[in-house]
Amino acid sequence: MAASELGFLELLRWAWRQLTSMRTALVLLLLLALAAIPGSVIPQSNTDAFAVQRWQDEHPKLTPIYEKLELFSVFDSVWFSAIYLLLVVSLVGCILPRTRVYWRAFRAKPPAAPRNLARLPHHATYETTESADELLATAERVLRKRRYRVVVDAEAGTVSAEKGHLREAGNLLFHLAILVVLGGFATGSLWGYQGGVVVAQGSGFSNTITQYDDFVPGSLLQASDLEPFHFEFDKFDIEWLESGPRQGMAQKFAAHLRYTEKPGAEEKKYALRVNHPLSIGGTDLFLIGHGYAPHITVRDANGDIAASGPAVFLPEDQASFRSFGVVKASAAKPEPIGLEGLLFPTFLMIDGTPMSIFGDDRNPFISMQAYVGDLGWSKGSQSVYVLDKSGMKLLEKPDGGLFRVDLCAAKINGTPNTSCKNSTVKLPDGAGSVTFDDITPWVRIQISRTPGKGIALGGVVLALIGLLGSLFIRPRRVWVRVRRRDDAETLVEVGGLERSNGGDATDEIDEIVTQLKGRGTEDS
Amino acid sequence: MSNDAWETLSNQSVTAAGILYFLALLAHSAQWAALRKLPADETPESGQVATFGRFGLLLTGIACAAHFVALVARGLAADPNRVPWGNMYEFTLSATFMVTFAYLVLYRKYKLSWLSPWVVGLVFVTMMIAVIWLYERVAPLTEALSSPWLVIHVISAILASGVFFLGGLVSILFLVKARSEAREQMQERELVTAGGGAPLGPAPRTGILARIPSTDALDRLSYRLHAFAFPVWTFAVLISGPIWAHYAWSRYWGWDAKEVWAFITWVVYAAYLHARATAGWKGRNAAILALVGLATLLFNFIGINYFFGGSSQHSYAEAPAAVVQVDAGIGVGAAPLG
Repeated sequence: MAASELGFLELLRWAWRQLTSMRTALVLLLLLALAAIPGSVIPQSNTDAFAVQRWQDEHPKLTPIYEKLELFSVFDSVWFSAIYLLLVVSLVGCILPRTRVYWRAFRAKPPAAPRNLARLPHHATYETTESADELLATAERVLRKRRYRVVVDAEAGTVSAEKGHLREAGNLLFHLAILVVLGGFATGSLWGYQGGVVVAQGSGFSNTITQYDDFVPGSLLQASDLEPFHFEFDKFDIEWLESGPRQGMAQKFAAHLRYTEKPGAEEKKYALRVNHPLSIGGTDLFLIGHGYAPHITVRDANGDIAASGPAVFLPEDQASFRSFGVVKASAAKPEPIGLEGLLFPTFLMIDGTPMSIFGDDRNPFISMQAYVGDLGWSKGSQSVYVLDKSGMKLLEKPDGGLFRVDLCAAKINGTPNTSCKNSTVKLPDGAGSVTFDDITPWVRIQISRTPGKGIALGGVVLALIGLLGSLFIRPRRVWVRVRRRDDAETLVEVGGLERSNGGDATDEIDEIVTQLKGRGTEDS
Repeated sequence: MSNDAWETLSNQSVTAAGILYFLALLAHSAQWAALRKLPADETPESGQVATFGRFGLLLTGIACAAHFVALVARGLAADPNRVPWGNMYEFTLSATFMVTFAYLVLYRKYKLSWLSPWVVGLVFVTMMIAVIWLYERVAPLTEALSSPWLVIHVISAILASGVFFLGGLVSILFLVKARSEAREQMQERELVTAGGGAPLGPAPRTGILARIPSTDALDRLSYRLHAFAFPVWTFAVLISGPIWAHYAWSRYWGWDAKEVWAFITWVVYAAYLHARATAGWKGRNAAILALVGLATLLFNFIGINYFFGGSSQHSYAEAPAAVVQVDAGIGVGAAPLG
C-alpha cells in the first residue's frame, strides 16, 4: 500500500519533471506550430463559415472525419487547447523554481574570486607600482561606475563584481507576460461578443441582440452587458476610381452616423470610416461592407401597396457590384407576391448579356422574376435574402413566355433619374405591379466588444520588454586580484566570465584594465 | 515631376540596380576565383584581387543607392504619395533593399567580406524574380491599407524578414562549413593513423569554404542576427499587426491564414532562441531550426498569397490583370448574411 502510494507520488513527480523540462517545452512549442498549420489550410468556421460550407459540400466523405477531428475549428479544438495548456503548465513549472533561484541569486553577493584568474576565458594581467589598497579602491570605483555590484575582500586582496541580473528578470517577465496575454485573450472570448448588421441609409440600429443579423456571444456574456446605444445612418460617401490601374476600385468610404450612447443622452455625430472605428463605451463599431438597396414598391391586384422601401441586395461580385436580392410582399391580395433577381448598378447589355460594368450606381437596373403563392412564413423563421419558392408559382407572360421585371430606377439616391423612361411594370394575370422608385446605399457594420484587449496588448508589450532584456543584457562576473610582489611591484590580475552565450567579455576586460591603469596614473 | 515620371524613374532605377548588382556579383566572383588558389589565411591588401573586392563593394553600394531611389520614386509615383509597401512587388523590393543595407552597415563591424558574393547573388536573383513575376503598376492603396499602421507594421515586418533572411543565409553557410570541417578532421585523423608518425601540421587550406569564418563565428553571427530580428518580428506580428487589425478588420487576432503562419514563424524562432538559451543547442540543430523558421517565413510571404490568396484577408497578391483588388476590409461584406 505504502509502496504503491510512493510509486504513484514518484510517478507524479517524474511526470512533472518531464513536463517542465526544457526539452518538453521545446517539443510542445514545435508541436504548437505544427498544430496551427491545418488552421490555415482548412477553412475555419469562425473566420469564414461560408467557405466551410462550400468545402463540406465538395468533400462529403471527408467532412464527418474532419468534424470529428474538429478541423473546422482548430483553434478551439480539444487537441490544440491541450497543447497550449500543457505549454502553460510547463511554463509555470519552469518559471516558479526559476523565480525562487533568481530571488536567491539576486540577494546573494558576488562570489569570491576563483584561485586562478588566468584560467578564466577572458583575463589580463599587468604590473604597477601602486599600493594594493589604492588599487582595490580604484577597482571598486571603476567597477561600480560600470554598474557592477561589487564586494571587496581586502584581506584576500580581491574584488568580486557581478552585473546583468536583469537578464534573468527579463526572461521571467517574458514568460509571465505570455500568461497575461493568454488571460487577455481568454477574457475577450468569454465576455466579449461580435455581431454584424446591415443598415440601410435612413434607418437606424439599437444595440439589442434581436437587431443583429449575426451575433457571436462569448460563453459568459449576459444580454445586459450590451451597451444601450442607438444610431441612425444618414448618408454614405464613396469615391470610385475611374482611371488608372485600380480603375473600378472604390475608396474613401464614410458612413455618417448620428448616435446616442444611451437613451436620453446627447446626440453626437460621427463619420464611420475604414480604419476609424467608433468607440462607445467598451464597444467598437466598424464599417466593413457596403452595397445597394433598391426601393421597390409592389402593388397587389387591388392597387394597394403590399411592399415598399429599401430592400437590401447582396453584392455577388465586388468589382461590378452586381447584387442579388428578394422582395417579399406578404400583404398582397389575393396572394402574396415574391420577387427574386439581380440588381445591376451600372447596367449595360453586352451581346445580349445583362452586365454591370461599374460598381457605382450610374445606371441602376433590376432584372427579377415574380412569383405568387405561399411565402413559407408558416415554416418558421427565414432569411430575408432568400425566397422559398416551394409553395409559389412563377408568373409567366400570357403566351407562356418568360416574364421578367426589368426596370430602371426612377431616382438615384433621391435625385430623379432623367434617363429612365419607365420605372413601373404590370405583373401578368393582373396580379399587380412593380415600381423601382429609388436606390440607396446600405452599410454593413461590425459591432464588437473585446474586453481584455488592453490586457493582451499590455502583456505583449511586457513580453517584448522582457525579451529585449533576456536577449541583450549580458550577465557577467569580473574579479580583480592584486598581489604585492617582492620587487615592490604590484601584480594586478583581472578575469571575466561571460554567463550567456553569444557574448564576448574580452572587450569589457580590456576596457576595465585601461580604466584601472588610467586611474592609477591620474592618482599618482 | 508627374506620377508617371516618378514611376518610370522607379522602374529605371530598379533596372540600374539590377545591372549594378550583377556587375558586383561578377566582380566578387572574379575576386573569389582568384582567391581560391591562395591559402585561406592570406588575403592580399593590394593588387588585382583586392581591387576586384573593393570594386564589388563599391558597385554594391551604388546599387543599394539606386535601389533606394527606386523605392522612394515608387512611393512618390502613387497618388496620394505613400510608403512603397502596398503589394508583393514593393514588399520584395523593400526587403531586398533591407538585406543589402544591413549587409553594408554590418560589413566592417563583422568583417563580412566572405559573405559578399552570397548576399549580392541572392539579392540579385530575388530582385529579378520580383521584376518578372510580381511586378504591378503603381496604384492607390485599398482602403484598409491606408493607415499609419501600414508604415509601422510593414517596416517592422520587412526589417525582421530581411534580417531573418541574412540569418538563414549564415545558417546555410554554417551547415556547409560544418560538413567541410568534419571532413577535414577525418582526413587529418586518417593521415595521422596512416602515417603512423606525428602529424605534419595542417596543410595550408585553400578554396572558397576555407575563407568562410569558422563554424563558431558563423554560429555566433547567426544567433546575433536572429536575436535582433526576433523582437522586431514580435513587434510586427504581435503588437503592431493586431492593433491595426483591430482598427481595420474589427478584431485584433482572427486566425487569418497569414496570421496563422506569422504565428508559426514566431513559434519556430522562439523555439530556436529557446533551444540556444536553455537546451544549449548550438551548431547543427540550431541552424536547422533557424532554416525551418526561414522556410515558414518564406511560405507565409509567397505561399499564402498564391495558394490561399482568396481566403486570406492579407491577399494583396492578386494578379496585376485584376481590375479591382478586393479591398481587404470592405470585402467581408460580400459574405452572405442570412
